[in-house]
This record gives sequence, C-alpha cells and structure tokens, in this order.
Amino acid sequence: VRAPFSWLRSYCDPGLTGEEVADALTMAGLKLERLHRTGVGDSAAFVTGRVLDAERHPNADRLTVCRVDVGRAEPQTIVCGAPNVAAGQTVAVALPGAVMPDGTTLGEAKLRGVASHGMILAEDEVGIGEDHQGIMVLDGGLPVGAPLAEHLPIADEVLELEITPNRPDAMGVYGVARDLHAATGAPLAEDPTAADATSSGTDSASDHISIVIDPEVCLRFTARVYEDVKIGPSPLWLKQRLMAAGQRPISNVVDITNYVMLTCSQPLHAFDLDRVRGGRIDVRRARDGEAMVTLDDVERTFGSEAALVCDGEGPSGIAGIMGGQISEVSGDTTRVLMEAATWVGPNIMRTSKALGLRTEASARFEKQLHPELAMAGQRLAARLMVELCGARMVPGTVDVYPTPAQARVVPLRPARMERLLGERIDAETASGILERLGFEGVRPLESGGPGSEESAQRWRVPPWRDSDVQREADLIEEVARIHGLDKLPTTLPARRQAVGRLTRSQRLRRRVEDLLRDRGLYECISYSFTSPAAIERLRLGDLPLLRLDNPLGEDLSVMRPLLLPGLLDAARHNSAHGRPGVRLFESAHVYRPSEPLDAAPADAPGGRLPALERHHLGVLLTEAAPGGWRSERRPADFFAARALLEAVLEVAGLDWYAEEGSHPFLHPGRSASIVAGAGARELGWLGQRELGWLGELHPQVAREWDVPAPAAAFELDVEAVVELTAGREEVYGDVTSFPAVLQDIAVVVPEALPAADVEVAVRKGGGDLLADVRVFDLYRGEQAGEGNKSLAMRLEFRAPDRTLTDEEVAGRREAIERELAGIGGRLRA
Amino acid sequence: MPDLAQLQADAESAIGSAGSAAELEELRVRYLGRKSELTAALRSIGELPPEQRGPVGKQANEVRRALEGLLERRTAELEAGELDRRLAEDRVDVTLPGDPPLPAGHLHLVTQIRRRMEDIFVGLGFSVVEGPEIEYEYYNFTALNHPPEHPARAPQDTFYFAERVLLRTHTSPMQVRAMELQEPPIYIVVPGRVYRPDTPDATHEAMFHQLEGLAIDEDITLADLQGCLLQFARQMFGEETEVRLRPGYFPFTEPSVEVDVSCFRCGGTGFQGPERCGTCKGEGWIEILGSGMVDPNVLDYVIASGYDNERVQGFAWGMGIERIAMLVHQVPDLRMLFQNDLRLLEQFGAGP
Repeated sequence: VRAPFSWLRSYCDPGLTGEEVADALTMAGLKLERLHRTGVGDSAAFVTGRVLDAERHPNADRLTVCRVDVGRAEPQTIVCGAPNVAAGQTVAVALPGAVMPDGTTLGEAKLRGVASHGMILAEDEVGIGEDHQGIMVLDGGLPVGAPLAEHLPIADEVLELEITPNRPDAMGVYGVARDLHAATGAPLAEDPTAADATSSGTDSASDHISIVIDPEVCLRFTARVYEDVKIGPSPLWLKQRLMAAGQRPISNVVDITNYVMLTCSQPLHAFDLDRVRGGRIDVRRARDGEAMVTLDDVERTFGSEAALVCDGEGPSGIAGIMGGQISEVSGDTTRVLMEAATWVGPNIMRTSKALGLRTEASARFEKQLHPELAMAGQRLAARLMVELCGARMVPGTVDVYPTPAQARVVPLRPARMERLLGERIDAETASGILERLGFEGVRPLESGGPGSEESAQRWRVPPWRDSDVQREADLIEEVARIHGLDKLPTTLPARRQAVGRLTRSQRLRRRVEDLLRDRGLYECISYSFTSPAAIERLRLGDLPLLRLDNPLGEDLSVMRPLLLPGLLDAARHNSAHGRPGVRLFESAHVYRPSEPLDAAPADAPGGRLPALERHHLGVLLTEAAPGGWRSERRPADFFAARALLEAVLEVAGLDWYAEEGSHPFLHPGRSASIVAGAGARELGWLGQRELGWLGELHPQVAREWDVPAPAAAFELDVEAVVELTAGREEVYGDVTSFPAVLQDIAVVVPEALPAADVEVAVRKGGGDLLADVRVFDLYRGEQAGEGNKSLAMRLEFRAPDRTLTDEEVAGRREAIERELAGIGGRLRA
Repeated sequence: MPDLAQLQADAESAIGSAGSAAELEELRVRYLGRKSELTAALRSIGELPPEQRGPVGKQANEVRRALEGLLERRTAELEAGELDRRLAEDRVDVTLPGDPPLPAGHLHLVTQIRRRMEDIFVGLGFSVVEGPEIEYEYYNFTALNHPPEHPARAPQDTFYFAERVLLRTHTSPMQVRAMELQEPPIYIVVPGRVYRPDTPDATHEAMFHQLEGLAIDEDITLADLQGCLLQFARQMFGEETEVRLRPGYFPFTEPSVEVDVSCFRCGGTGFQGPERCGTCKGEGWIEILGSGMVDPNVLDYVIASGYDNERVQGFAWGMGIERIAMLVHQVPDLRMLFQNDLRLLEQFGAGP
C-alpha cells in the first residue's frame, strides 16, 4: 500500500525523515518497497498570493493579465489562462525558479507580448488533484506571500509498503501509524474512527431500507442513510491524500468511501438510495449464470459461489469486490445509502479469483476483516458526509449482525517468551509494546497478581488484529517485532545429540557425479517435466505417465519417466549453438505413477508416497573424446559409454553385468540392459533385477531429435544401486604373501556367444583359485575359423595360504577347457 | 724398450683429439691392446737386468693407468656430447596443448552451491535428508498450517496431478515427513527441486531448488536461528557478512522473520564507487530467505512422534539455491540455468 508521509505524520510524527520512518517500519514488519516523491520538486518558490486586479489580455481573448500580491514590494504581473480567475481571490502562485512536478523549472515567459512573472496554479499543476478546469481558489483568510507548502501538501513523500497477508490493518494509514507509534514511542493521534457524527430528523434509517443477509457469506451488514447530499468535488486536502495514495478523486461521496478505506482498511460502498429498487437489500449467493454490469462498465456473469448485494429487483453490486452501475452515485444523487459490511474472506478470495477481478476492497476483505471495523468505518464516513456533502444523517444504523464476535483474550507467559526468543524482555517493556499496539491487559485470573513475573498476563486482542493474533506465539511475535529483532542476541543451539552427516546414498551420488565430472562430463539440470511428444519420439508411448492438471503448456505436461529427454534437449541446444560434440550427465529424479492419484487420502497419509520417484544417473555422449593436434577425435559409441558405466559401478562396488536388451529408442544391435549380478542377489535384494540401460541412440531417434549421431547413453537407477550395495564393507585380503600365477589364454568360441558367458565358464572351471579374468584382445580371422571369434584373456590364479604349484594351475586349466567345451569353445594353441 | 714418456705423450694427444667412440676404441687397442707397445713392454720386463725391472715396471704401469683413466674420461665426454646432441634434436614446442585433450568436466553451478550449503550445515550439526517432489496436499499445505482457503493452494500457484496430489511448492513438506519418522531432537536440512506455475522470467522459473532447514529441541530459540544463519552467511558470503532479521509472515512459523545479509559486493554500503550497487540495489542488504520459529500448530500435526509444543520448539527456514548461486556468481537471468548451455556451464563447477 501507499502511505503518504504527510498523512501518516498527521497521526504520528516521530520527527524523522521519510527514509528514517521507512526504516523503522521495515524493521517492525512493514517493509518499504519504494519511497516515492510526489508533487512539486522543491516547494521553495511556491507561495500564496492575492489577485489585486485581473484584466483581459490585450491580444488574447482567453488570457487574463493579473497583478498579484505575493508579499513582495511590487506586485507580480502574471498572465493566467483560467476562466475563473478574478480580482480579490487568494490563489496559489509559482514564482520563476519553481520546480514543477515534472521536474521542469518555471521561467519568465512572454505570453502574446505580455511578460508573465509566475503562474497561478490549478490543482493538477502541483499534483494534488486532476482538475484543470480552473485555478485553485484558496481560503481568503490565508496570509499573502506565505510558503504554499504550509497550507497545501504540494510536495510529499509516499511510502510504498509491502504488507504481509496477516496485516489487513496496515492496509490503512492509521494502522501504519499505530505500528510507527509502537515502534518509536511517538504519540498517536486519536483514532479518526472514534468519533461519530450527529444525526438529525425524526425518521430512522430502517424507515428507508430493509436488509436481509446470508450469514454464510456475510458476517455483518451495516447501513446508514443520508439525505440532502450535495455531490461535488472533494476539498483539496482530501484530493491530495487520495492522489498520493494512488486513488483518483471522483466526487465527494465516492472519495469519502475510498478515504475511509485508506484510513482504517474498512471498505465502504455508497448507493444512490433512489436507485435501490424496492427500498430493500438482499445479500445472497448468485444464481448460476446471473449477470450484472459493474462500475467499470463490464458485464460480468457469476457462478453460484459469488455473493451479491441485491435490491428488490436484482443484483446491485458484487459483495466486497465492486458495485454495480445500476445504483452508482452520480451528480444527481441526493440520497445515499452507505454500506459497511464484513464479508467472509475466503469467499471473497474465491469469487475475486473466479471473476479475475481484484480490487482495493477485495484485497482487504479477503484477509478477513473484523465485524467491529464496519461501525468504525461508518463513524468516520458519517462525519465526512456531514462535513463535506452537507448531508443530513438519518438517525440510526441498520445493523444486521447475527453472531456478534467475542473479543479474544490470549495469555502471555514471560518465561515462555524468553524461552522462545532467547532474550529476556522485561514485563514492563512488553506491556508497553502491546498497549501501544492496542492490546488491553486483562487482570490475571490465577494467583500471582499483575506484577508477578511468572504468572501469565492476559491480553484482549483489538478487533483490527483479531485474524492474526490468536495464540501466545502470536503475542510473542508482536512483542519481538516491535522491541526490535536487531536487539536479539546471536547464539548457537546447544545441539545435544546433533551429528551432521551425509547418508551413504548422498556420498555415493557425490562420488559418481565427481567421477563423471573428472572424466570431462558436464552436469545438466533439466526440467522435470517433458512433453508427451518427446516420449513418443523415444517410442515409449505406452509408458504410463504422470500428467499435470494445470501444466504451463503441452510441452511441459508430463513428468519425465527417464532422464534421456532432457539430455537430448541439451545436446540439441548445444549442437545448434556450435557445440555438436558433448559429454553430458544429469543426476535427478524420474517419475512413474504408483497408486491411483484420485485415491489420495484427505487426512494424514502416514508417510506414504503418492507416486514412484527414483533417483537416476543419466549420461549422453555425442563424442567420446575431443581430437587434439596429434590425436583423432573419438566418436561416441557403445563402449565409450560402457567404460563410464563400468567406472561408476566399480565405485559403487556393485556386482553386475550387461545383457542384450531391447530398448526401442536404442540401436537394436547396440542396446543392453544393466543387470545386478549374483553377488547382489545374495545380499537378499528382491527388487527389480534390471538397473538401467546402455546403448547407442537409434539413428532415427537422433535424427528426429536433431542430435548429432552416433550418440551413446546410459541411465542407471542409483537408488537401486545404493540398496544393492548397502552394508558392503571393504575387508583386507592377503594378496602379497604368496605370488599370483598369471596366464594368458586364447579362447575360440562361436561369434554369437557373449564374452560374459565365456567368462562365466572360465570362472567356473577356475574355481576359487582363479582370482581374476580379464579380456584383453578380440580377434576374428583365419586362425579362429569361419563364424568364430577368439578372445584373449588374462587369468590370475592365486591362493591366500600358499604358493601355487604348476600342477595345481594345470589342473584348473584342464577344468576350464572342459567348461569351454561345454559351451562350444576351445583353447587356441 | 720404447720411450715410455714419448709413448704416453703420443697417446694422450691422440685420445684428446679423438672425435668418436670408434676412434677411441681403435686408440685403446693401439695403445693398450694385447699387441700394443705398452703391453709388449710390460711383457718384456723380465728380460731386463734385475735392477731395472722395478722402476721400468712401475713406470709402465703408471702410463697404463693414466691412459686407461684418460680413455674413460674421454669416452664419458664423448657420450655426454652425443646425448646432448640427441636431446637437442628431441626438442618440442612446449607451448602446444596437451594431447589427447582431457578437459576438466563441470558440475552444474546449482549443484556446486547446493553442496557448499550442505557442507556448511553438516558442519553445524545438521543431517541432509531428501524427500519426494510429488507430494500430498496434506504434507505440502495442511500440516504446514495453511488453511483450506490459503491462496497458495490455488492452481494458479501450485501444479496439481489430482485433487490432493501436487508438485511440492517448497521443500517444507519434508519438515513434517522427517518429524513423523524421527523423534526430537531433530536437526536437518532438505535440498531439492520445487515447482510453481510461474511464467519464466529473469527471476522466476517453474522449477527451482530450495534448501530447507529444521531444528527442533527443548530449548532452540530465535536467537539460535540468528546464530546459525550468521555462521552460514559468513561461510557462504565472507567473514565480514552480517545478518539482519526482519519481521515477516509465513503460515508455518510464528514468529516469522525475513533474513537479510549485508551485501557482500559493496560491503553493505549500497555503493560501488560512485555507482549504486547492482547486487543489493543500493539497499546494503540482500534478502536471502524466509524463516521463523516452527508454528505450534505444525508441531501438533506430529505430536504422536513426540513433538509436544509445550516441551519442544525450534526454527525452520527455506532458501532458494538459485538465488544464492546467482548472487554469488553474478548470473543475471534465472532462465539461463536450465538451458544447459555449455558456454554457461563451463564457467562453473570445475573447482572444489
């Protein structure tokens, strides 16, 4: 909200600059957003003047040449274009050198041959109104030549404050002043809503209007009636306050409703009573499809949730949001019905959202105002209606208030306050703060008496803070924020049992991320959402997906079931920006549906998860290694990706193997599944066997995605890896006391037999003496024979307790030969 | 008997001017070989009169040793020269880059900052826990004291899958999940992705990362919160950094505070030279997170796990990781972070 400084200061003036006041308010919880300056640039050359004489300009019909006494030895000659200027008027004058609101400096000017030494001002020229029909005519009693700023707020500062949703009271200038008073101790002027106007006449408001409400949408509806209302412009002081607060002045009655709202947060609505059909008001919910033209000249249609203020024939206004044209106050209005109501906040919020119509009024009502404020608003409005519109206030208020609110009383234990804040604020200080904020101490019921430190003091919450302060913690916050959080000591928790640590899963993820980074990969972070089309492009259209009800767009409408789409997008982006060869990884969640989402419980789910989320590690290469000045660039391929996967799983300590797998987005001949090995299964893990996939991207997918080919990738369920390797320990084995026997063998097997099967056979034959097997060469050709391949393997035999003899090793080699024969293989001589 | 002195002088001159190993070998054979004059002389000593045998033998042996030593030195000299020549031919251009190129990879700058934050709080005694991104409304809102009509629940501010299932809008639901699983005391931080249906601009994204903090114990105070965050700020932004608590409002904390840090770019002055500081917009302070004492209503939701709000209390905070990353690294536009443009990524994340 915008709080004009001059207005704020009229309630509470701590003798500080605008900036200092803004600081004090910021530290009390009303944060300054911006400090604006309004009105003239420098009020020095603005004075009051008296028009001594005014004569028609010799060369221009519409101009008047005035001699104006501005308190100097000689009167100033000023040429004026306003039709209403006349001798004898007291006027506002800008002398040469004056800095106008737009920043220009007023000079001496010759107008049609007559030199003008200044300007007689209209209200818009000093930013205190919008009227440019004529000059401002000031009170004739003002002294001549006095600084204008002493009589009119022609230069002001405006504090634009960010008000948190719990503080509707601070959406009024007096509410801001109350916090300023509490924070600085400077005196606070009497509440402008305290005093009421005097009514006259023998009739009663209820003679003019009858009111029925629906208590589900309206907590209180008050109405007052005014007659003999003279519609006209508001006085300058009021216009200036509205302008500075960001409201356009319209007419005195409308301005009064806005002014009251800007003072104490209670929005009002003025009806032309002669246009309230049937002399009755019926507050009810809209009938579905019911429509009305609102004050902004828009026809609006309502759903059944909207609350309407209706007259005898139909809708007359949207409750708490905006009035209707039908009963709008106009220049002809003489009888006014002033409404001050209390609406149910959530209903206003929903209706305002549904209509896409948020107003100053709805912004306040939606934060739930207290019903007491309605009458406060009526009182301030009444005085202004009488004073500014010459209205007669009809005796009585029609007040429909089915369930009057009870004042809330909240205890405050000093010991509790100290325990929560970590700071002792003495009882006297705390009481002073709460009293300045409008809280009233209530005599404690329990023993101890008012002076006792240990007993709870009880506080009655003022109506304007009722929605925010309901519990002890809320009271403590009030004391703390006004006392000053800057006075809070700085301590650290005692941390009796706190030991900070990362979990094994977190450490392992960091390790593999670092590993990939250290092998030259770049980490990506991609959107968790993707498009159904992207999943189609991966030939995974049948995969069950989690779809958002309200996505930002169709291309971001489903949760990704794998990381690959984001990596492909990143590769495409970089390829389009001159970097076709990339090595990327991402470490993040992927998502699958688990239970039906509509079955979600309304109450505590007891730790359950609504969907299946797994942490994956994904890698994409469109280049295995960059070329150098003496080495060739290595294109991405299956084995480049596999080498990275091997390193990752070695770090994790997982027993695994790759088996041919079919993944529709991969090259059919270069596609594998990553499978947990027997060792992992021995650990009792019974979940999925497949941990991910590995392969070269299907060339067609690469083409459709606009990603350079060949591209190789893998994706791994890191959580599964963590689970499979839980409890894994690194234990010493004696490998130094006795030497190993190393032997190289060449195994000829049919081309189609996977190397992994050969290794299994070799290991089986080698038994527990065979410590390691490693393929180090692959040969196809004459010596292997047609349809065969030859795998060269290095075998390491070792026993922990003795040096192996040649006979022992030879025996194992024979066993290996037998196993190989079993799978159609043989040793090559 | 040859003139041994003359022989030595001749040999020394020849060896000294020999230019190759082959030449030296030839000289060695000529002067010291089996058929050399010196060898012949030594062999024929027995033929001399007994009184000459001693002195001549001695002289001949001295000449032999001298020539052997000289040959050895000369050989070493020649070898060293030859090696120098060979090495000179092996000279490389040291200004050429290494090959094959092994470029350093990069962690994403959000990951790097997240890890730094995690490490700071681990040092302060917090454990790192993680939770689901797809959440029940109960954990994201209800148990965090958001009334049913709270505007944040509206589909304008929250992505939904179904009536009560959504994408978490903050990391705070893990406060409740963690407390359900662990009795007090609890000290945790929760990093992770969060989502809001914001149209992306320089400071908004539909997805970003937060780091939540929660500390509940018997006597945790607001002053402790200030201390923790001061420690964090100094380790993150520099030892000179100050923190400032301002009153704020969040449904799940009471009292609620906004936390500012003194601007680490301008030292809190608001100016960099004569210019207004762009990092803090001239304010001297930068808002980095929202925080407060955990609202008693939130503790009521987990009272079954021992969180009696009369007995235990504590603080919580949530901070945006991207915001801190952008501040620390002076990145101007949030949207750049998720484009995965190598030109951006390679500016960060290779270091510790």
